[in-house]
Amino acid sequence: MKKIFALLLALCMVFALAACGSSAGSAPAAEEAPAAEEAAPAAEEAVEETAPAEEPAEAEEPAEEAAPAGEGIAAEDLIVGMVCVEDENSGYDYAHIEGVETAMANLGIPAENLILKVDIPEDETCYDAIVDLAEQGCDIVFTDSYGHQSYAEQAAVDYPDVIVVSMTGDYAWTTGLDNYKNAFPHTFESRYVSGVVAGMKLQEMIDNGEVPETGIDADGNYKLGYVGAYPYAEVVSGYTAFYLGVKSVVENVVMDVRFTNSWYDPIGEAAAAEALMADGCFIISQHADSTGAPGAVQAARDGGANVYCVGYNISMLSVAPTAALTSASNNWSVFYTEALQHMLDGSEIPTDWSEGYATGANYITELGESCAEGTAEKVAEVEAAIADGSLQVFDTANFTVGGETVESFLALDVDGDFVGDEGEAIIDGVFYESNTDLRSAPYFSLAIDGINQLIEG
Amino acid sequence: MTHSHEPLIHIAKRDGIVWWKGWLIRIAGVVLALIVSALFIYGLTKLNPVKVYGAMWQGAFGTSKRTWVTIRDMLMLLCIGVGLAPAFAMRFWNIGAEGQILMGGCATAAVMLYGGATMPTWLLLVLGFVVSLIAGAVWGLIPAIFKARWNTNETLFTLMMNYLAIQITSFLVAKWENPYGSNTVGIINKSTQAGWFPAIFGQQYMLNVIIVLAVTILMFLYLRYSKQGYEIAVVGESENTARYAGISVKKVIIRTMAISGAICGLSGFVAVSGASHTISTSTAGGRGFTAIIVAWMAKFNTFVMILIALLLVFLEKGAQQIASQFRLNDYASNVVMGIILFFLLGSEFFINYSVHFRHHGKEVSQA
Repeated sequence: MKKIFALLLALCMVFALAACGSSAGSAPAAEEAPAAEEAAPAAEEAVEETAPAEEPAEAEEPAEEAAPAGEGIAAEDLIVGMVCVEDENSGYDYAHIEGVETAMANLGIPAENLILKVDIPEDETCYDAIVDLAEQGCDIVFTDSYGHQSYAEQAAVDYPDVIVVSMTGDYAWTTGLDNYKNAFPHTFESRYVSGVVAGMKLQEMIDNGEVPETGIDADGNYKLGYVGAYPYAEVVSGYTAFYLGVKSVVENVVMDVRFTNSWYDPIGEAAAAEALMADGCFIISQHADSTGAPGAVQAARDGGANVYCVGYNISMLSVAPTAALTSASNNWSVFYTEALQHMLDGSEIPTDWSEGYATGANYITELGESCAEGTAEKVAEVEAAIADGSLQVFDTANFTVGGETVESFLALDVDGDFVGDEGEAIIDGVFYESNTDLRSAPYFSLAIDGINQLIEG
Repeated sequence: MTHSHEPLIHIAKRDGIVWWKGWLIRIAGVVLALIVSALFIYGLTKLNPVKVYGAMWQGAFGTSKRTWVTIRDMLMLLCIGVGLAPAFAMRFWNIGAEGQILMGGCATAAVMLYGGATMPTWLLLVLGFVVSLIAGAVWGLIPAIFKARWNTNETLFTLMMNYLAIQITSFLVAKWENPYGSNTVGIINKSTQAGWFPAIFGQQYMLNVIIVLAVTILMFLYLRYSKQGYEIAVVGESENTARYAGISVKKVIIRTMAISGAICGLSGFVAVSGASHTISTSTAGGRGFTAIIVAWMAKFNTFVMILIALLLVFLEKGAQQIASQFRLNDYASNVVMGIILFFLLGSEFFINYSVHFRHHGKEVSQA
């Protein structure tokens, strides 16, 4: 008796709870119900459509629709998988998701053919995610973070009929797998341009005598700061390009770099930016995916400090309206459109893909109100020069390592010790970054003079 | 007025409950959880909850591959739960499974990395098996010895040992990272597959099943039928009784924690050699804590743990699937998981306690 009573009581409690929950949500429910109903079957259909493909994938039958070369796949049959390291709240991942959606719309691939997996960490979860996408019938799977590559490659080995693209990754050119690709845009180009924007601002501050006293070091150099994620080539290449962009406008600059050891850490990035500002840096840029650093810079600016920031991926003007100058960014839809077009045509996706301003794969976001006068014109000029190749970001005449001009750099590591063994990157005095004759993933890892890495993040 | 001295609700501890009534309450808890989650899902997303639950099922068991991944993760959770069982049965609060798993995993990864080029896989597996047991046992022994000799608080001690293990793992990941700077070890012995569990009967995770089920059965027999298992139960009930009966409490604590740690370490071996083929702090990934729920809800019955572990992993996989399929944020599916866990744990309350209302309090109290 009392047990049944207890049960009843539990029921009562639950319904009381449930009533609260439903009344909160039921008002808008009434209006949107038909739309939801429409959407649900569509999602259902997408799953059902892929269902038949799942069974044969287990067996030996080579799924005829996913042949790497030969006949293409019809747009409505092409199933695209996407693995993101964070969700759409991260600017970087948002740019990817938007890029692949735009590309699919461009090519007439139905939007529900995209199967998205977000918040996939750079560990074995990534392998599971790709396997699951392959099992759901994906013909091509994109992964958007550097640390995914090892797991992506393993999945490519296990699912030879599925194309797996790591962005970015180092090893597509060495693995010899037909279905494993690497791609990355010339982010260093947009970083250079964002550096030019910062340089213009710096010049204006110098001209107006607005540079804070703490912002000049003992040798009379102006201090820049940079919040980096991890201390490897992709990040080194990016901050060096930013630094050289500033330097192309104002010669005597130095830059401190702090690492957060995370791609997305709003609190850590804010803390790094604050530490840099405490050290006197007054223009802060970033290679990390949150709005943490711009938020911190705006807060400092609101508190009376004369500081500015340059973001990454997305415009930071919403979080730093007066502090943000611009953001370096990538237009991922350029790559996604090209890759998916290859899938439709049945032609081979390049093993290494890397493009920049020349194909529109890079850009900077809108200029903030704080930008110096004439910035837009200067940017247009620099962008045009980068696009036509007359300006090379890593011209060895513009930087030194240990006081010396760099003559040679071997980009490719073939024996696994992370030291380049072949692939000369410097040709006629220009360091060609992400040269697809070599590989798409950035390899510029030189510690150039004027940049000070603070490993402790 | 006559009732004013009586509280509205009177809660009393039950002496016991018929097993089927206990299960009835649990099932009612699950059903209610599903209803509340359904309302949450509908209220927030306007999706048909039945379809969402269908998707959850698909996510866990939709294909044979998914079923195997679910089984693999269930085994991992089960193995840790089985490892925790003897410690908890002794009322030794081993919150340190997380660290014990990581130490076992690190030891296994070290064997695979340093022995991969020279040793055959069978030897690597035997070595990994042994060193992971030892590493986990050592991690369990340290707090046990302190507890036995100086009566330190094992809850805090084992918890601290987790952070130590996490830091050691992070250090090793940085040492072994591949490629340089990526902060991830990547897949170990990718090309040679040295030290990976071989497929048995064409099934990649069959060895995981064999190892974990063997441990599960052995632990069941150990706790239920062995003299040592009885000693654990006595120490758990009352240390004084145990002492009076001539049981060396210190010895039992140290021995039991060595076993508990070793099995948790073994689950690190299963995770690294048998599933992920890599090592990171997410090799444990909070499962050391989730397994506490598994062990407790199953009342240390290792076979019931299979069910609980399966349910938890099913929920996890289902949540991932609805996040992906309906483009919900991960957090939305975590809320669903939270609701279900809340009701599951809540149903334990109604199993252990009876609740009386004012009017019926006296009449029913004799039942």
